[in-house]
Amino acid sequence: MAAALDLVGNPSSVHAEGRAARAAVEGARAAVAVLAGADPAWIAFTSGGTEANNLALAGAGSGRRILASAVEHDSVLQAAPDGALLPVDRHGVLDLGTLDRVLAATEGPALVSLMLVNNETGVIQPVAEAAAIAHRHGALLHCDAVQAAGRVPLDLDALGADLLTLSAHKIGGPKGVGALALRPGLALSPLLRGGGQERRMRAGTENVAGIVGFGRAAELALAELDRQHAVAALRDRLEAALSARAPGTPLHGAGAPRVANTSCVGMAGVPSEVQVMAFDLAGIAVSAGSACSSGKVKPSHVLAAMGLPAAEAACAVRISLGPGTTEAEIDRIVEAWTALRARRSAAA
Amino acid sequence: MSGGAPIPLAIHLDHQATTPIDPRVLDAMDPWLRAPAANPHARNPLGYRAAEALEKARAQVAALLGANPLEIIWTSGATEANNLALKGIARAARAQGRDHVVTTAIEHPSVLEPCRRLESEGCRIEMLPVGTGGLMTPDAVAAALTPRTALVSVMAANNEIGTLQPIAAIAEACRDRDVPFHTDAAQAFGRVPLEGAADLVSVCAHKLHGPPGIGALRVRRGIALEPLLEGGGQERGLRPGTVPVALAVGFGAAAAIAGAQMAEEGRRIAALRDFLLTRLRAACPELRLNGDAVRRLPGNLNVTLPGVDAEALMLALPELALASGAACASGRPGPSHVLLALGLGPEEAASSLRIGIGRFTTRAEVERAADLLSDALRSFTAGR
Repeated sequence: MAAALDLVGNPSSVHAEGRAARAAVEGARAAVAVLAGADPAWIAFTSGGTEANNLALAGAGSGRRILASAVEHDSVLQAAPDGALLPVDRHGVLDLGTLDRVLAATEGPALVSLMLVNNETGVIQPVAEAAAIAHRHGALLHCDAVQAAGRVPLDLDALGADLLTLSAHKIGGPKGVGALALRPGLALSPLLRGGGQERRMRAGTENVAGIVGFGRAAELALAELDRQHAVAALRDRLEAALSARAPGTPLHGAGAPRVANTSCVGMAGVPSEVQVMAFDLAGIAVSAGSACSSGKVKPSHVLAAMGLPAAEAACAVRISLGPGTTEAEIDRIVEAWTALRARRSAAA
Repeated sequence: MSGGAPIPLAIHLDHQATTPIDPRVLDAMDPWLRAPAANPHARNPLGYRAAEALEKARAQVAALLGANPLEIIWTSGATEANNLALKGIARAARAQGRDHVVTTAIEHPSVLEPCRRLESEGCRIEMLPVGTGGLMTPDAVAAALTPRTALVSVMAANNEIGTLQPIAAIAEACRDRDVPFHTDAAQAFGRVPLEGAADLVSVCAHKLHGPPGIGALRVRRGIALEPLLEGGGQERGLRPGTVPVALAVGFGAAAAIAGAQMAEEGRRIAALRDFLLTRLRAACPELRLNGDAVRRLPGNLNVTLPGVDAEALMLALPELALASGAACASGRPGPSHVLLALGLGPEEAASSLRIGIGRFTTRAEVERAADLLSDALRSFTAGR
């Protein structure tokens, strides 16, 4: 990627420099297409997952009723302000029966937006089943796969998705680049206009280095898939230890299929902000809810949609394991968590 | 990068398309490219450090714009900034019954195409003609304003012919009538002082030796606009999405460097440009300079070489990275809309060449380019 930052060309220029930049972009497009199980000709690079989600909903959803699950990322929920929210069960999984009924009752065409993996709980949604239902009713299906890439295998056809969102920085790539994969032939109205790049789907001089980094990250993410069972073992070790130390510890979403790296753990009576700070003092970075709602502390809409009372939702943190996480680190998290819990119960 | 494909060496004379990244910018970005996942919006200490770096970069970009850091909204580039400014203002103004947008015929496609979109949404777009040098006069802008005018958009420097518009005077004409003024300053930012006067200013990093993939829109406080993207509430709700810290840091560093050396760099680059123009005139006496001779970006030349096919000339000179028009339009057939707006015919437009000199262009490179171009021009025109 550093080498690509040195690429002088604008990929749209016809001279040799421009063509070198173009070749780098197209190489990355092929790698991202492999990760998404999509056709490289139908991948549009964007400035990230948020733009890709907005492009999908505005570009393919205009004139369609937008239906989104209640646990979608803000960039989907906000882009579908008058869309009906589809409920999830207490494990965070979309209720397919409700989807079927809502689509049957919807007049005119619809677009269903369903994430493959939730960013707060790691819960995997039944996207292929939802897509089959959507298509039966003549609706399109958009899948936000930002959290899924590199953690579960992706295949546009197998998922039945008409549109699929990816982001580089969630798979170890650089921030500032994402992609929207489309089912070949799908008509899309662009959000950014002027310049004709990305086959007119998305104007703007390409972020060449970012795209090259994305391509490399996509290759590495594919390789990561093989390591997921090892990561799951570490996550299970963590959750088993926490449950053993404090029986009844809430593990949100654990009753549903989940990706290997995410654990959403509650500590009764200890606000998540306090947990974040305490973990930080122990040298461990965890997160309270999702990172996007910068600054403002608001209760998680995901946990609320799962039926959790606000008081309980406010005491959950997300622990995400990386590819480099070790057993020793898991044990440190367990110790820090146990120590914090003991301190707080002594104080209470 | 994957595969490590060799990057061809050429004399880069296409600085209006993009600029090579400054090694100092790369150094500033490096720690953030390698940083452990530092999301500036995450409420954890890594996130706080990233947020601090982001705010420093914002202040650097603001300083070069003569703006308050609070007025800077990060975007993915100037195209997005232009789309956000045009659509954001026009859509917000429609609620107040203002539906008239004034712009010029020589704007970048990322201004013109949003205008077409707005037209299809019911706005009235008034595209003002420019004079022979591509200049827009403040009086012509003032005469076009009506009580229903929602926005005026005039670029600070043209990407093909380098013409610098009198944006401070146009801004004043707009301010007198309480009309928001937007300028696309992608080409001007870091190359000429920006007079700080526009309410909305689009800029990007890759035109001033920063990384591609990041830009900004200055939105003066009190100006209402509708966001293009919706989501996590970043950038005051005007532009959601995780901000790429490394790119922003690179943009900030590029702005700081450009600000520190603009005057001296501008003089050096203009001297190289003038030298090259003299040599080209000697080889092709019929050469005509497009754009204003004086009010012009220091590194820009745009010349019509009568009887010479510009594409063929470029193909004959693989050692030089030149342009026959704007890079983004190169995939698209048809002559340059800018040159046509200056009154050139399609044939003259096809005989026109854009040359862009920049920070790392050396005297030796310009001399080499002058030799190669002169020889080629003589052989191209020999048969006539």
